[in-house]
Amino acid sequence: MQRDTRKFGEGTDGPDRLQSGTTLEDRYLILGMLGQGGMSSVYKGRDLHFPNVTKLVAIKEMVNLVADQNMYDMVVRNFEREADLLATLSHPAIPTIYDNFTHKNRSYLVMEFIDGQDLEEILAEVDDFIPEERVVGWAIELCDVLHYLHNHQPQPIIFRDMKPSNVMIDQHSHIRLIDFGIARHFQPGEKGTMIGTEGYSPPEQYRGEASPTGDVYALGATLHHLLTKKDPRVEAPFSFAERPIRDYNQLVSPELEHVIEVALSYDPKDRYPSAAVMKEALISSAKRTGLLSKESFASVIKHSSTVEELWSFRCEDEIRGSPLLYKDTIYIGCYDNNIYALSADEGEFQWKFATEGGITGKPAAEDGVIFVGSEDSRLYAITANRGGIVWTYYAEGPIRSSPALSDGHVFIGSDDRKLHVVNQVNGRRAWRVEANAPIWSSPVVENERVYFGCESGDFYCYDFKGELKWRQKAKRAITSSPLIENGLVFFGSRDWTFYALEAENGWQVWRFRMGGATISTPAIEDGLLYVGCGDNNIYAIDARHAREVWRYETDHQVTGSPVVHQGSVYCGSVDGSFYCLDFKSGRLRWRFHTEGPITGTPVIKDNVVYIGSTDHKLYALLA
Amino acid sequence: MASLIEVIKSFFKSKATPTGEIERPQRPVVTVPDDVRQIIIGTGQSTGIERSHNEDALLVINSSATGDPSPPNFGLFVVADGMGGHRAGEVASAVSIRTVARTVTEQTIVQMLGADGENEMKPLQDLLRGAIEQANQAVVEQVPGGGTTLTAVVMLGQQITIGHVGDSRAYLLQDGHTEVLTRDHSLVERLRELGQLTAEEAAVHPQRNVLYRAIGQGANLEVDVSSMPTPRGGYLMVCSDGLWGVLGDERMKAIIDVAPSPQIACEKLVDAANAAGGPDNITVILVRFPSD
Repeated sequence: MQRDTRKFGEGTDGPDRLQSGTTLEDRYLILGMLGQGGMSSVYKGRDLHFPNVTKLVAIKEMVNLVADQNMYDMVVRNFEREADLLATLSHPAIPTIYDNFTHKNRSYLVMEFIDGQDLEEILAEVDDFIPEERVVGWAIELCDVLHYLHNHQPQPIIFRDMKPSNVMIDQHSHIRLIDFGIARHFQPGEKGTMIGTEGYSPPEQYRGEASPTGDVYALGATLHHLLTKKDPRVEAPFSFAERPIRDYNQLVSPELEHVIEVALSYDPKDRYPSAAVMKEALISSAKRTGLLSKESFASVIKHSSTVEELWSFRCEDEIRGSPLLYKDTIYIGCYDNNIYALSADEGEFQWKFATEGGITGKPAAEDGVIFVGSEDSRLYAITANRGGIVWTYYAEGPIRSSPALSDGHVFIGSDDRKLHVVNQVNGRRAWRVEANAPIWSSPVVENERVYFGCESGDFYCYDFKGELKWRQKAKRAITSSPLIENGLVFFGSRDWTFYALEAENGWQVWRFRMGGATISTPAIEDGLLYVGCGDNNIYAIDARHAREVWRYETDHQVTGSPVVHQGSVYCGSVDGSFYCLDFKSGRLRWRFHTEGPITGTPVIKDNVVYIGSTDHKLYALLA
Repeated sequence: MASLIEVIKSFFKSKATPTGEIERPQRPVVTVPDDVRQIIIGTGQSTGIERSHNEDALLVINSSATGDPSPPNFGLFVVADGMGGHRAGEVASAVSIRTVARTVTEQTIVQMLGADGENEMKPLQDLLRGAIEQANQAVVEQVPGGGTTLTAVVMLGQQITIGHVGDSRAYLLQDGHTEVLTRDHSLVERLRELGQLTAEEAAVHPQRNVLYRAIGQGANLEVDVSSMPTPRGGYLMVCSDGLWGVLGDERMKAIIDVAPSPQIACEKLVDAANAAGGPDNITVILVRFPSD
């Protein structure tokens, strides 16, 4: 294969460097090298025509390695033409050109020496992020100089190579553009070797198109790198949209993030049409950020009021569990010890059934019977239509897990450390197995196997005969209930890790590090996993690649579990709000505020969301 | 270029019906009986017509076992496409394949053969990513100036995990659909994804050989890793661009569809790529999965 990434081919056959002490044209004394790249080098020199003072200059040297004589001559002519052009430029951000000459196969450009640091050096030095106001200040100056170049007469000048290493901050804290890509004529032709993508260049540049909007893109790329400290040269080309600035640096205002996003649009038509327009956008965003906190607060209030509450139902204590929708009726357990049956359309009370302990799980239903566990250590079977008792099963400890139904049996965990398997019809135990700790996780049954976690961090897979198939261990409790999809078991743990295990044998296929403990149960849709976390975020994780796609930060822990419905993710938070987010991007669609933490899982049907809150209420909202 | 097109045309003339469909071979087609429960593997490789060296490398390991308890079915399928002068390309691809194979087998199947069921295996994705990073390190140290693509598929029980860098591809052919499971780390593919180039433009783009990631690049190598359920029925194909870049998805599928076995399919694929000019080294691994 004859090809190269940017590293290969940048061999050792570069030009010999000039030694310090060398004098060029009997005038320029070489003092040392400032930098080297490709076929060119930059030296620090002294102009000997000023013998009484030290006048420093920067000397750029380009080596002509073109073999063909006609091409060789053209390279020299192009160089001279560009040197002439640069010499006519006059802008505070552009270094002054003093001289140019060609000696054998080397051409030289002598220019103003700038005492300062380029942005790449500055990026490498800072430990924290560079403050937004500094970056905006530089960006405005860069827009100015680009505007100057783009409006040059008789023809516009396209810079083509905006990147941190080409921008210097001088001793007066102003920006200076230091490389006008004059060296590109000195690159050997297109044979074999090809430098890789620069990381900052716009897509259309690879079709040979150069335009002012290309410089706007590269400026956007430069700003993105400055703010995120994520070097685009080691990322996939043109992938800025996959790395929103605020995912890496929360200190950046959404306003500035937006301006840079526009500059980085793939399609030149979607970008700012000129550097001047981008400058205006930067200035107006900077003005707005002064008012940031008030405005974003106002917009949140507006969001929540657009959600329509269809009805709500008040219980006598907190609702920590999750509602079940079964045959047009909502069944919800409450900390007031009751399970309530409400009509789904209007929230009308049908019946309630009193247990002797709080109910934290989600009921299950089949064949007209509701199954629900209670902290009174009992599992109840109740008729769905009237709330009459069918049977009661006694565990030896409180039940906080939710029942799973399969093949005529109820599977449920308890604080007595056992997983109980109970006949649905008569309430008799079929079998039970012992775990290492209380089971709060709700079991999942799939392919005649039952999967569940427990508070010691053990995770179990049993077959229907009660025989252990495999066991895995997290470092801390698994309160989250498993989700099984495509042969993988997914769950979170309080050890800050989200796990994906092969369902047959239990080995880890991947794990994903989160920012806090997770007790939320995941949901999946279109290959994206959604799960809440104690670090206040709702995560979306690519299930194949184990990569975060987005996260949405709420104001408190997310212990509740998300549900996906028609392109939206619905999830409650301990901050008391119920969130509706776009499932692809994580953008907030609406937020509904309740008076207490939300810890349960919503149920959604016919465009209506049902969710309980610890403010004692069950809400029906328009999805 | 004209001569290449002529070759392609003459190839189609000899094999294609007027509707453009590939004719079945004259001899009776031997199909694999549906009740075969094991995976069947074919491989093919050729230096091609235009190249003097073969810089591609391939590796296949497959184990199946019965007994109770028994280790799960294991498969490792790797293709690497080397680059760099003075034999650096061939050494880079060979070194990479060996490094990946050793690391992956040691930490999976070898461990499972030794242990009594319980194992402390690292997550498979981390393991495969680590193996490819080790290959990168090995090439940096042992083969200066060399680089290689690498696409590795690990099958363990009911999951397959794919790791890759560069533009050698893994395909899933199932139920009449062809799906590319990997994403080329090439400049033109990136431009094509963004709608800057059409697939046709990309296929002839002068910079189509420019990769933005490869083993041997040293620091900051980002490996793409993904997992999916082991297919039930259909084929997994791993191949270098000397195959997919020359034949295209439709032609490859057509050849596989009518071949009586994965091995014959691989030979036909290689023949077809050579008949179309054989501009590059050709390497292919084809794995047929039982439908149960």
